[in-house]
Amino acid sequence: MDREEVSTGVSPGSEGQTTIMAVEYDGGVVIGADSRTTTGSEDFSTHTYRNNTSTNSFYKDVHDHLLKHVLSLAIAEVVAYQLAPLVETAAHLFKASCYRYREELTAGILVAGWDRRRGGQVYCVPIGGMLVRQPVSVGGSGSTYIYGFMDSNYKPNMTKEQCLELTASALTLAMERDGSSGGVVRLASISESGVERRVILGNQLPKIVSTH
Amino acid sequence: MLEENEPEWLSEEVKTGTTILAIEFADGVVLGSDSRVSAGASVVNRVMNKLSPLHDKIYCALSGSAADAQTIAEVVNYQLDVHSMEIGEDPQVRSAANLVRNISYKYKEELSAHLIVAGWDRREGGQVFATLNGLLTRQPFAIGGSGSSYVYGFVDAEYRRGMSKEECQKFVVNTLSLAMNRDGSSGGVAYLVTIDEHNTEEKVILGNDLPTFYDQ
Repeated sequence: MDREEVSTGVSPGSEGQTTIMAVEYDGGVVIGADSRTTTGSEDFSTHTYRNNTSTNSFYKDVHDHLLKHVLSLAIAEVVAYQLAPLVETAAHLFKASCYRYREELTAGILVAGWDRRRGGQVYCVPIGGMLVRQPVSVGGSGSTYIYGFMDSNYKPNMTKEQCLELTASALTLAMERDGSSGGVVRLASISESGVERRVILGNQLPKIVSTH
Repeated sequence: MLEENEPEWLSEEVKTGTTILAIEFADGVVLGSDSRVSAGASVVNRVMNKLSPLHDKIYCALSGSAADAQTIAEVVNYQLDVHSMEIGEDPQVRSAANLVRNISYKYKEELSAHLIVAGWDRREGGQVFATLNGLLTRQPFAIGGSGSSYVYGFVDAEYRRGMSKEECQKFVVNTLSLAMNRDGSSGGVAYLVTIDEHNTEEKVILGNDLPTFYDQ
């Protein structure tokens, strides 16, 4: 059974109402978000494409028209080429839709995943539909408050644990300041071995704000 | 339609976009600011010192509309001079902050400036006051201006009670640097003022001497 796995975490937060973040490390990516959104209790969706000789299967948590459209194109590629799509492909598909329908859409998207060609990657598709790969990226209304923290605390070549800690801390800080962000922190780490999801509840958040 | 001949920046309001902050330590305060003044998309002054003295040991940091902020600082400077002569001694930082607050509150519809007031006096030592929109609140540190949004997370994580003077100066320089890198309306050089019982020290840190981060 030829098993190639590409997992992409996609956060469909529009530029408001949330904080999202993704960080690359050697061997994978970490993606995270708060849980306060107007569309319900879920925040981001992870899509795992697993290819074996007989079936393609995937799962998703959030129903979103944009997501469906992109997924159907990605699946078409999987079916046609019997390959798990590259993270770059998924990002380009998002960009194509976001750019073409830029007048109608307000969506800020982070695509993060792992593939065999380039390892862990983070792509940012902000409102307007540009596409850029970055080692670390934040989005959503709460993101403005954590640019400084991200710039000063991210270093290249961090380990997975350090990335998880950085993301959890950054999201905690953003949730502290942004009225539209809050609740729990949802994290996922994506690597060759698959997707590992975890949730950090309110009382387990890192005690990073020193003033109280 | 004929094109407008004069450049846009002549008619745009001049704002000190800005990042300002002030932090208290055991025996004094450190104030910091960037140096960019913008009129729309143009930078009309890249070396403006936004830390303005209100009295020997009381300074304020200007943000928002350049004209409004400067005028408030000048008026309060005058009022403090009169007040200190009346009481026969150096004024309290709280008095200076109160004077600023009174103007900001009374004229809140007409003015759009936010001043952070910080200084040292004999009674309470180093103090920092925020006067946003006409409130008066004493805080261990205060940040303001358009660039401050980007560093809320950083200052929340990095601030510790009981930092020394040098640690506070480093904190201010790092914060300014991060904000200046992200905010289009902040930039240029960093100005620092350190006030304690014995002296008031003004310092400039040029652009290339500011701390850099992973993507620079």
